[in-house]
Amino acid sequence: MTSLWPRIEPLLAKVQKPARYIGCEDGAQQPVHGPHKVAWLLVYPDAYEIGLPNQGLQILYELLNERDDAVAERSYAPWTDLEALLRARGVPLFSVDTHRAAGDFDLIAFNLSAELVYTNLLNCIDLAGTPVRAAERGPEHPLIAAGGHCTFNPEPLADFVDLFVIGDGEEVIAEITEVVGDWKRSGRTPGSRQGVLRELSKVPGVYVPSMYDVEYDGARLASITPKYNDVPARVEKRTIADLGAWPYPKSQLVPVTEVVHDRLNVEIFRGCTRGCRFCQAGMITRPVRERPAAQVQQMVSDGLKRTGYDEVALTSLSSADYSGIDQVVGGIINDPSCSGQVSVSLPSLRVDAYTVGIASEIAKVRRTGLTFAPEGGTWRMRQVISKLIREEDLYGAVDSAFSQGWQRVKLYFLTGLPTETDEDTLGIAELARQCVAVGRKHSNRVNVVASVGGFVPKAQTPFQWFGQNTAEELRRKINLLRDATRKERGVSLKWHDPKATMAEGIASRGDRRIGAVIEDVWRHGGTFQEWSEFFDLQLWEDAMARQGLSIDWYVHRHREADEVLPWDHISAGLHKDFLWGDWEDALAEAGTPDCRWTPCYDCGACTGYGIEHRVASATPPAGGSQGTGQDLSTGGAVPVQLLPRAGAGAPRS
Amino acid sequence: MRVRLRFTKYGKIRFTSHRDVARMWERAFRRADLPLAYSIGFSPRPKVSFGLALPTGAESDAEYLDIELDPLRTADDFEPSGLPARLSPMLPVGIDVTAVAPVESGADSLQHQITSCRWELAVTGVTEDELGVLITTALAADSLVIARERKGQTSEDDVRPAIVSATPIEAVDGYPALACVLATQPRTLRPAELLAALAGGVEEVRVRRTHQWITSRDGAPREPLPADATDAPLAPTLERVS
Ligand code: SF4
Repeated sequence: MTSLWPRIEPLLAKVQKPARYIGCEDGAQQPVHGPHKVAWLLVYPDAYEIGLPNQGLQILYELLNERDDAVAERSYAPWTDLEALLRARGVPLFSVDTHRAAGDFDLIAFNLSAELVYTNLLNCIDLAGTPVRAAERGPEHPLIAAGGHCTFNPEPLADFVDLFVIGDGEEVIAEITEVVGDWKRSGRTPGSRQGVLRELSKVPGVYVPSMYDVEYDGARLASITPKYNDVPARVEKRTIADLGAWPYPKSQLVPVTEVVHDRLNVEIFRGCTRGCRFCQAGMITRPVRERPAAQVQQMVSDGLKRTGYDEVALTSLSSADYSGIDQVVGGIINDPSCSGQVSVSLPSLRVDAYTVGIASEIAKVRRTGLTFAPEGGTWRMRQVISKLIREEDLYGAVDSAFSQGWQRVKLYFLTGLPTETDEDTLGIAELARQCVAVGRKHSNRVNVVASVGGFVPKAQTPFQWFGQNTAEELRRKINLLRDATRKERGVSLKWHDPKATMAEGIASRGDRRIGAVIEDVWRHGGTFQEWSEFFDLQLWEDAMARQGLSIDWYVHRHREADEVLPWDHISAGLHKDFLWGDWEDALAEAGTPDCRWTPCYDCGACTGYGIEHRVASATPPAGGSQGTGQDLSTGGAVPVQLLPRAGAGAPRS
Repeated sequence: MRVRLRFTKYGKIRFTSHRDVARMWERAFRRADLPLAYSIGFSPRPKVSFGLALPTGAESDAEYLDIELDPLRTADDFEPSGLPARLSPMLPVGIDVTAVAPVESGADSLQHQITSCRWELAVTGVTEDELGVLITTALAADSLVIARERKGQTSEDDVRPAIVSATPIEAVDGYPALACVLATQPRTLRPAELLAALAGGVEEVRVRRTHQWITSRDGAPREPLPADATDAPLAPTLERVS
């Protein structure tokens, strides 16, 4: 049992925000390691204040520590100041729980929520004293694992990660623990690493890249095939059928220093079937699995009591869609034990007046700004991306917000979407302008922030074939918007750096050859690339050039129908022909309905796995157009139908 | 009712900031379900006021905090002496409430009352003998001008008047150490600034605040708690991490 604390402590006096490295959270564990316990180090490869609140990591931390045969601790990417000191003094990456060296763990498992953290993953492996390339590791080194949304295209990290977990982690970690436990008890003998990886590759939902051969046909990927016949040709994601069976985290970590989302977070459902075509999270987490309302109430009241927080967020991809959200919210704010001092937040507001009604109910205590995500500037654009919000929905929502005392509304948009014309782009400015006009009826000081991000096509979505806009093109579109909003009083424009969008594009749809680029960027000092103060496009361009790879080919090229995609052997359940059909519908400007409330169109996410939606109510809740573009203000009374399609492509049923 | 608490900050938790500690207290009050009085207004805040900020990384035997209880929600038989046992378990390891006493509602705020603090500093960069010489020299000087920064402004200040006392003490973990009393009025002299004034390349290794003093009418320093404050023994199970 060796704690590195005596060596770390003197360094902490010399760094910014030393509380990032001390642990001490309420809910943190001090697990006792032993030869019969598989030791997991769960790492979020970004700064502590970003990583600590991650619910996925906290769920696994609790589940593993509940087991007799496992222990789990946590680590986060050390900030650059501490990293320099660690390297200078030869101190390795450590856990924040018992300050144990990362190399002492059997598994180092990373949570990957964004592509730009990939270089941090390499940096953490290196700081752990482990070779960054999987092929160079021996039995004395920990196994490097990764999970999270990014693993739906694992190939860019295939050279560095021993095993990927695809989909929900709750169940599969048990199976992995058992396989690794056997390896540990067998003494991790020379040559045994191949054996344990082969065993792991047979666990459903686990992808071991070294068990596959990759062939190219010129620049094109020809095939990715298993080396052995007991290794699956296609790795299917894991899905927990019933969220109610997993009331975790039970003891959410309460940090002793400032972090993002510093509040109680209760996940109310997983999955989303609204079908927004740009949204990888929505596509890969189907079907919808609601947590039973009674369990939500229980988790909220226990959580508030235990943590002392006065704010709870009900999290999901679209929280207002939860069956009976108004009752749940009402139950929390009227709970006498909360004495009216608890505020509830719904991090992803639906765009309609009804939702704003709930928001105003729950934001009695603090009222800052409201955020909506229309994503596209014109109805045409929103049909292409299948985000079927009508202008009336948006204006109704904004009117409701301003009339109830909000002064600031933030609107999220994407630019660089498939088929986007300048008219669509300028529609963003027009929507923002109209929202200000709506707000002026209530106050002269209203402010509408249009926040514009460059679109990065993601794997396992209908837009996976689309060639991303160049940084110049995105820049041009942003400039159009700047000109259009410059003189608009009340409209402010914010935008994401198109250069970072480009780098994200390299990593998000790359194949195995992009691994060398990520390593090159890291070796040239490119860590914390999602932080604007550290992001450096030159590093990425130089790395691509040094590896002889074309940015245009990887990022800006439209993929062809018959092309082998680098993630074809990884499955989120979605049939490739469903995705292709949905892509064609997009080009034909036809939206897709929400299958929670309309008949199943067999995308594969339920049908392929023998599971289904778990929703308390199969009729749409009141409010908004529910992704159909129709007025459903009275709720389930109105039957949902697909709008007639503009142009080609008959609706699949 | 206004109540003053004394608490510690030891071990790993000393790397949290003054603001971090304020947030821990807010959560602890809610967990302990203390009937705090709230400010009136659009976003009501509990009436809690902290004493002088402790530098991040420093330990302390004596931090103070005033809270105002809501008379309408406070039980008639409420006993402040029960607070340490009620609050310490709600706070992180290393933060323990060690004393409590009611204070007059009209009393000055802690920030105004405190006139000086006593510190113990373990240092590196010098031997014990050299440290002794540096202290003697500094105390003998008429003025000690250092450049110091506050709120982004650099100024040249004579800090000699703010050094109430300074004396070498027994080494701490093998590091030369000193104890000092530094004034907090009209402007606070920080331990790091004292070391800068000593010159000679002295660097702090450990900083611990042992007392905060207010000046009573007779001019003698005393603790900002009445002499009959309830002292709470430290929880015996408290594990000192470092
Ligand atoms: S299989 Fe059917 S019900 Fe399930 S997510 Fe796909 S379309 Fe919806």
